Amino acid sequence: MDSKIDETKLIDSGEVYIAHPPHIWGGFSTAKVMYIVLAALALPSAAAVYFFGPRALYLIIVSMATALLTEFAIKKLRKKPFYMDGSALITGLLFALVLPPRIPFWMAIIGAAFSIAIAKEAFGGLGFNIFNPALAGRAFLAICFPAAMTSWYLPAKWFVPGYAAADAITSASPLSESYIYEGTRAALYKDLFFGNIAGSIGETSALAILIGGIILIVLRLIDWRIPAVYIGTVALGSLIFGNDVLFQVLSGGLMIGAFFMATDYVTSPVTGAGRIVFALGAGIITLLIRNFGSLPEGVAFSILIMNAFTPLIDKYVRPKPFGFVKKIAKKDGK
Amino acid sequence: MNIVSRKPRFVSGLKLKENKKSEHSPILLIPPPSRVIIPMQMHTGAECSLLVQRGDSVKTGQLIAESDSFVSANIHSTITGTVKSILKTVSPATSTIISAVEIVSKSAQQQTGDAQDSDAAGALYEDEVVFDNSASIKSVEEFRAFLKKIDSEQAPGLIQKIKAAGIVGLGGAAFPTHVKLSVPEGKKIDTVILNGCECEPYITADHRLMLEQGMEILAGAYIIFKILNPQKVIIAIENNKEDAIKNLADIIKELGIEHIFSISALPSRYPMGAEKTLIKNILKRKVPVGGLPLNVGVVVQNVSTAKAIFDAVAYDKPLIERVITVTGDIEKPLNLMVRIGTLVKDLKDYFGVLKEKPYDIIFGGPMTGFSVANMNFPIVKGNGCVLVKQGEKLVEKNCIRCGKCVSVCPMNLMPLMYGTYAKNNMWEQCSDYYIECCIECGSCAYVCPSAIPLVGYIKTGKAVIARKK
Repeated sequence: MDSKIDETKLIDSGEVYIAHPPHIWGGFSTAKVMYIVLAALALPSAAAVYFFGPRALYLIIVSMATALLTEFAIKKLRKKPFYMDGSALITGLLFALVLPPRIPFWMAIIGAAFSIAIAKEAFGGLGFNIFNPALAGRAFLAICFPAAMTSWYLPAKWFVPGYAAADAITSASPLSESYIYEGTRAALYKDLFFGNIAGSIGETSALAILIGGIILIVLRLIDWRIPAVYIGTVALGSLIFGNDVLFQVLSGGLMIGAFFMATDYVTSPVTGAGRIVFALGAGIITLLIRNFGSLPEGVAFSILIMNAFTPLIDKYVRPKPFGFVKKIAKKDGK
Repeated sequence: MNIVSRKPRFVSGLKLKENKKSEHSPILLIPPPSRVIIPMQMHTGAECSLLVQRGDSVKTGQLIAESDSFVSANIHSTITGTVKSILKTVSPATSTIISAVEIVSKSAQQQTGDAQDSDAAGALYEDEVVFDNSASIKSVEEFRAFLKKIDSEQAPGLIQKIKAAGIVGLGGAAFPTHVKLSVPEGKKIDTVILNGCECEPYITADHRLMLEQGMEILAGAYIIFKILNPQKVIIAIENNKEDAIKNLADIIKELGIEHIFSISALPSRYPMGAEKTLIKNILKRKVPVGGLPLNVGVVVQNVSTAKAIFDAVAYDKPLIERVITVTGDIEKPLNLMVRIGTLVKDLKDYFGVLKEKPYDIIFGGPMTGFSVANMNFPIVKGNGCVLVKQGEKLVEKNCIRCGKCVSVCPMNLMPLMYGTYAKNNMWEQCSDYYIECCIECGSCAYVCPSAIPLVGYIKTGKAVIARKK
C-alpha cells in the first residue's frame, strides 16, 4: 500500500489476521470421527466380553494401552506433535477384536506395538500408512505365532457361578474343514448371528457389528458401498461356488472386516467408484482364499492385499469433472 | 403465480448454518464518505486507464476511467471532490498491483487544512449529487409505462447504456454485464436465470433488495429480457427467503407478466448460487468444462445486477453504490447502501465494539470471501459483504483420506490431491486432477476433518500453473 494511506491507518496491524477462505469450518474434526467410531465399536466389544469373559476385556485394555503408548513414544522420538485424536485407540481396539480369546498378553502387546510402530508410524503416521494397522498386526502375529493365533475356544458362560477358566472347550474355526456343529442348521445361523460361536473375540457377533456399522453408515462416517459390495460379492460368489451363503456371510471375520476394517479411511480409496472396485476385489480374494487357499479364513489378507491396490485404484478410478467433454480430454492429453 | 419448488433430496450440496443475522434489517442509506479509494480494476477484464489527474475536481457519477478493451467496465467517481492522489493498491480480484485513485470531498480537506485552489473548485463542491434510493417505481401504472418505454428501445442502445454505467455482475465475480449480454452471433439464449439464491451464510444484501425493490429488479430483468429475447426468465431463490419469493411472486401476478417470469424455489444448499450448479439444478443442463452458460443457452444475472441495470437505463445512473451486508461477530449486523470506494475503516462505526482481538475482516461471504490485511481496503463493485469474524485459527493436520471433499465437491473433483501435491511442491500435477475446473466454493475445506486449507492450496496451484504457461 501507498505510504500516504498508512499515515491515516486507524488500527494497529496486530488487530487483524488473515485466513484462507472458507472462514467457517464444519468443525467435524478427525478426533470427533474417531471417537464416534470408537463408540460404534462399543457394542462389538461388549459382545466380546459377554461371550469370551473378562479375559477379552483385559485383551482390549492391554491392546489399546499398548497402541496409545507406542504412538506417544514414537511421536516423541521423532519429535513430532502427538495429537490425542483417538486413531491409536481404534487401532488397538480393532486389533484386540480380531485376536483369539486365549492368546497370551505378551503376544497381544507385541502385535499392538507392531500395528502402530511398523504398520502406521514407520510410514509417516496417520494418513500415510498403506496397510490397515490392526490387520497388519494380526497378520504379523499369524506368521510369528501360528499355533496361538489359531487356537479357538467356544464361548463360555463365565458369569455362571462355579465356572472355571480351565473348563474352556477348544473348537475348530467354523470355516475350517474339521468344524462340526452339533445342532440344527437354524440353530447354527442363530449362534452365528448372535455370536455364540468360536472365533476371534470381536468377530463372532454379527448382530453387534451390524448395529455399530449401520450407525456409522447413517451418520455418513463410512461409505455404505464398501460393506454392501464386499458382503454382496462374497454372498454371490458363495452361491456360485455352491457354498452355504448365509453361513459364509456370517462366519469368520467378514462382518467386522467389511464394516470396520475395509472402511478404514486411510487405506481405502477416496471415490465412490473406487470404493466399489476395492470392495469387489476384497470380496473376490476372500472367496478365492476360502475356497482354494490353505487358510480357512481370507478376510484379513484380502483387505490387506486390496490396501496395496488403493493408490492404483485412486489413480485410475476417478470421477469425471462436472461438464466433462471428450474434446477437452484430448486437448489436455497433448 | 407458478412457483416451482424443488425437493431437497434431488439436490446435492452442503447444508450450512445460515447465520443470516441481518435479514430483518432494512437497507440503510448512509451519508457519502468524505474520501474514497477507487481501484482501476474492480471487474474481470482489462484494467482501466485514468481520465483525471491529481488535483482535478470530480463530481459524483463522473466518468474517471475507461478502457479500450471490450472486456472491461467504466469507472465513475462516487463522491464529489478532488483527486488527492493516484496510488498503487492490490486488486481484490486478482491480487496483482494496480492503480487506484483517492478522492476526498471538500469538507474532509478543510478538516485536514489541505484545501487547494478552493475558490475554483468551491462551486463544484456545493451540491453533492444525491440519488434517490427509495423505491423509484411507485405504482403498477408507472411500471407498465416503463415496460412500454423499454419495448420501444433497441437492444444495442440498451447495452450501450449498461456499458456506459460500468455495470458488472454484483454477485461476486464482477464480470462486465455488457459483455455477458452481448451474445455472439449464432448463439441462442432460451433461458435467463435471475440469481437471487444468496447461498452463502451471513449475506442478506440481495435478500433485502428483493424485499424492498422488487419492482426495480423485475424492471431490470425485463430489460435483460428485451436484450436477449429468451423464451423465459426464471428467478431462482433459495427457500429460506420465503418473504422474498412471495414478494416477487405477488408483483409478477399483479403486473400480469407470468408468461415471461417464473420463480424457482430452491432448497437452501451450498453452493446453490454458483452459476454451473444453479443451471444444473434448475434446467438439468451441464455447462461444459471451460465453457460458459451461453454454451447451453443460458445467461445468469444476479438480482442486484438487474437493479443496477434498471438504474442505468431509467436514470442513466452509473454504478457508484451498492448494498452490502456488514455482519459477523458484531453488535448489530446491518445492510448498508454504500458508495463504491468507501474504506472499511470508514464503516467501522457500524461494527460497534468488538470484544476480542484479533479479528478477521472478510470481503465477501464466509465461504469464498478473502481476508484483508488492514482496514484501508475499499469496497469494490463485486463485494456484497463485509464480514467480521472472531475465532481461533485452525491447526492443519494430516489428510486421513476420508473422501469427504470428494463426495461434497460440486464439480466432481478430488480436492485432497491438491493438498497432497501442494505439500510436495508438485503443483503441475494438480492439472491431472482438473484443478482448473475448481470454482473455489470452499465446500471441501469446510468439511475437511483435518482442517486442511484446500482452497488456499488450490488458489496457489492455479497461480503457479498460470505462471508456468
